[in-house]
Amino acid sequence: MRQKRLSYAKYGYFFCIPFVVAFLIFQLYPVLYTAVIGFTDLKGLGNTAIHFLTSDPFRNFKTILTNGSFRTAFKNTWLIWGLNFVPQVLLALLLAAIFTSTRSKIKGQGFFKVVFYMPNIITAATVAILFASFFGYPMGPMNDIVTSLGISKDPIYFLQSKTTARGVVAFIQFWMWYGYSMIVFISGILGISPDIFEAAEVDGATRFQQFIHVTLPNLRTIMLFSLVTSLIGGLQMFDIPQLFITKSGPDNATLTTSCFIYNQAFAGSYMYNRAAAASMIMFLIICVCSAILFYLMRDKDEVALNKLIRKQEKEYRKKMKLERQGGKA
Amino acid sequence: MHTKKRTSVGYLIVVYILCVILALLSIFPFWVMIVNATRSTTQIQQHAVSLIPSSYLMKNLKILLGKSFNPAVGFMNSMIISICATACSVYFSTLTAYGIVVYNWKFRKAFFAFIMAIMMIPGQVTMIGFYQMVYKVHLTNNLLMLILPAIQAPAMVFFMRQYMIPALSLEIVQSARIDGAREFYIFNRIALPIMKPAIATQAIFSFVTNWNRLFEPMVLLTDKKNYTMPIMVSLLKGDIYKTEFGSIYLGLTLTVLPLFVVYFLLSKYIIAGVALGSVKG
Repeated sequence: MRQKRLSYAKYGYFFCIPFVVAFLIFQLYPVLYTAVIGFTDLKGLGNTAIHFLTSDPFRNFKTILTNGSFRTAFKNTWLIWGLNFVPQVLLALLLAAIFTSTRSKIKGQGFFKVVFYMPNIITAATVAILFASFFGYPMGPMNDIVTSLGISKDPIYFLQSKTTARGVVAFIQFWMWYGYSMIVFISGILGISPDIFEAAEVDGATRFQQFIHVTLPNLRTIMLFSLVTSLIGGLQMFDIPQLFITKSGPDNATLTTSCFIYNQAFAGSYMYNRAAAASMIMFLIICVCSAILFYLMRDKDEVALNKLIRKQEKEYRKKMKLERQGGKA
Repeated sequence: MHTKKRTSVGYLIVVYILCVILALLSIFPFWVMIVNATRSTTQIQQHAVSLIPSSYLMKNLKILLGKSFNPAVGFMNSMIISICATACSVYFSTLTAYGIVVYNWKFRKAFFAFIMAIMMIPGQVTMIGFYQMVYKVHLTNNLLMLILPAIQAPAMVFFMRQYMIPALSLEIVQSARIDGAREFYIFNRIALPIMKPAIATQAIFSFVTNWNRLFEPMVLLTDKKNYTMPIMVSLLKGDIYKTEFGSIYLGLTLTVLPLFVVYFLLSKYIIAGVALGSVKG
């Protein structure tokens, strides 16, 4: 038996080779190469020759960290992400609680879920340009609504304001992702034992109390998970801010770090070295976030494993006890 | 009892109003987009919001196609990339998961831990190195550079493994071996069909993600005949269509239609797939 197993083991290596090769070429090498470029003076279209910066190896990183645009981009990225994430989670939680409530069933749930999730699968590039047209000046659908309803007599140049520009980008992200979060939370709530909800109901808890004291604590891991995945995605936000307003809006109001990196490397200036340095800074920040996620997920698996071990031990003890009793009899 | 029922009715009214508002919020932008695709620029300039379609669809189409926006080319390129990348992802991820689940090799556990660790490596921020590498071997504008990286999809390997452990019994593999089947044959003819439901779910998400991808194609593809649908969309923002509002809306509509078709045919599976835990792109 043992020998047979050994002879099959080599297929385990064979079957994993394509993955490993693709990983080395398309993931590991680009990461390392980006890091290397961060320490060189590589710039100019079509240039690939690498010369390390000898006098001051960290020059690109220093330039980036003191660069006004990068700082703005960094702040914007966090701000826009936060503006989208907080309402997104609140609404998603509310909807998840409503749809999973056993006290009053909501009709047409299937339809609502499908419609709420729909913006998520639509090409972000299309959504960005669609919303840009909506906020057009002087004539766009938003201005049409505003003037028709008499909210403002003259058309408003919405995207001239920094706050509105950022707000709309955050709103688009929110609008595209709250349905996703809602479905994730619903499946999380369905995973909670119904006995706990019943017990709370028997004890006379109101809907709100039940939500605060039963649903929320049980959703903690899933909420942390969506926090980190959303953060990783949000820190790489590109499509919508890039296409929504030309030149990142007033005072770079919607410039994100990914847009900054793209503009540095591929839109005219070809400063690959600086773009690489900025990339590595973002890479490290995102990796720290990923490490937190990894820790959380491992934690969960371990908890499940410990539970299983305890259960098995209990069963073992029971069995031993039965055997002893049997022996006695 | 009576009061409880009354508050319940009030609660339901509020809930339905909220749901209907949100549903309108999801539908309204696309409705305006589709209707405006059929309206003339003058009509849109007079009233940008209308719920009634007009008759300028063909005229808008003519203007749209008269410039650099070419939906047929974008559609073909996006199809090639999305289908091939999806095929690569699901096939090799299942293969890798099979290698981890079925065979007992020395570094199996370490390899799985490694896959977990690389699952969240951000792809986009390593683009500078990737671009330089591709440029050096003269493969920019080669669609393969957007397809082959799909072979390594750690999150999908993770999903496939989780699905495979309960679904694929090692006894079936063992009995196939006794019948004289080769290992590779067992994978293709026995394991793959068993994994069909998981493959279908993952394929939908992989396809949509690849279809919608903008950053990587925008960096790598500089030749117009290689443009994907999202790059075509980004052209609509340029000066060439500045006042041709009807045509812009029509262009946007054309890029969204295939997704609408896919979504309304498969929405049940997509929602179920999200619930199972897909990874946010």
